[in-house]
Amino acid sequence: MSVHLLYALAGVFLCGIGLAGFVALRHLLRQLLAFNVVGSGCFLILVGLAQHHRGPDPVPQALVLTGIVVSIAATALAIVLIRRYFHLTGRTSLDGGPAAGGQTAGPSGNTAE
Amino acid sequence: MDLPALLGASLEDSGVSHPVTAVLLNFRSYDTLLEIGVLVIAGIAGISLASTPSLEDPELRSSDALLHALLRWFVPLMLMLAAYLLWAGSYRPGGAFQAGAVLAGTGVLMRLGGLPMDFIRPKLLLRGGLVLGFAVFLLVAVTGAVSGSAFLAYPEHAAGALIFTIEIGLTLSIGMILLALFVAAPVSEGSEPEEGDES
Repeated sequence: MSVHLLYALAGVFLCGIGLAGFVALRHLLRQLLAFNVVGSGCFLILVGLAQHHRGPDPVPQALVLTGIVVSIAATALAIVLIRRYFHLTGRTSLDGGPAAGGQTAGPSGNTAE
Repeated sequence: MDLPALLGASLEDSGVSHPVTAVLLNFRSYDTLLEIGVLVIAGIAGISLASTPSLEDPELRSSDALLHALLRWFVPLMLMLAAYLLWAGSYRPGGAFQAGAVLAGTGVLMRLGGLPMDFIRPKLLLRGGLVLGFAVFLLVAVTGAVSGSAFLAYPEHAAGALIFTIEIGLTLSIGMILLALFVAAPVSEGSEPEEGDES
């Protein structure tokens, strides 16, 4: 097993963690973080698998670079939207329930806001 | 011939000597054009959702003396690093996106330190800066199409210069978009009166 395959498998693992978090967590910021973990896993798979005998393949690298920038912009926009949503409704999840967190795990279910 | 070998064979025609930059700004420049389009849309949406009218809130500034002292060293250094990354992108790892990210980081640092940043107000300058990279890119692409060759095809002798021009515009725009998105999500308490009434 080559080291690049190891990178790709780590990417698959990250994708799994992120997907599980995205499904299990209800807090919007946590969901956003989980979504970013999925994205990072995808980038790692793309870069890890795209190797050939003379070193890395520049085409997927360029695409991953594009993807990173787009994901940063999307994350920033999502944070702006989440903050706006929080200011307007006082809620941190999309559930119908009352404010802050719902069934998120951990002692700090609420945000510091 | 597989794709990496094809890229290596035609690298001399691209105007730059680094393969990733050649892919980003020549062979697959469609992706990059659409990418900066996505960034512009995200930036405009972020600004229009901003809850502070001036985008320049004195309450958000830090009064940390250490940060102020560091700023005087960091800001010129980071600007120089951004310029280097932009310039180096044509022959080694680097390029517009990395340089733009460093520019945005410089802007975030300046904003947290309370340096005056008039250009971040939602006026003509900010809007112009947001669309500058996209506009330059589109102008080059359309010029290629009008002058007889394909959309987004650069003339062979000027490919390097055109790519560098596009990258300068992209760097400024990316830095400004990321900074605007940061500024649009204020770190203050929920003290906006027009929103507090509704909740």
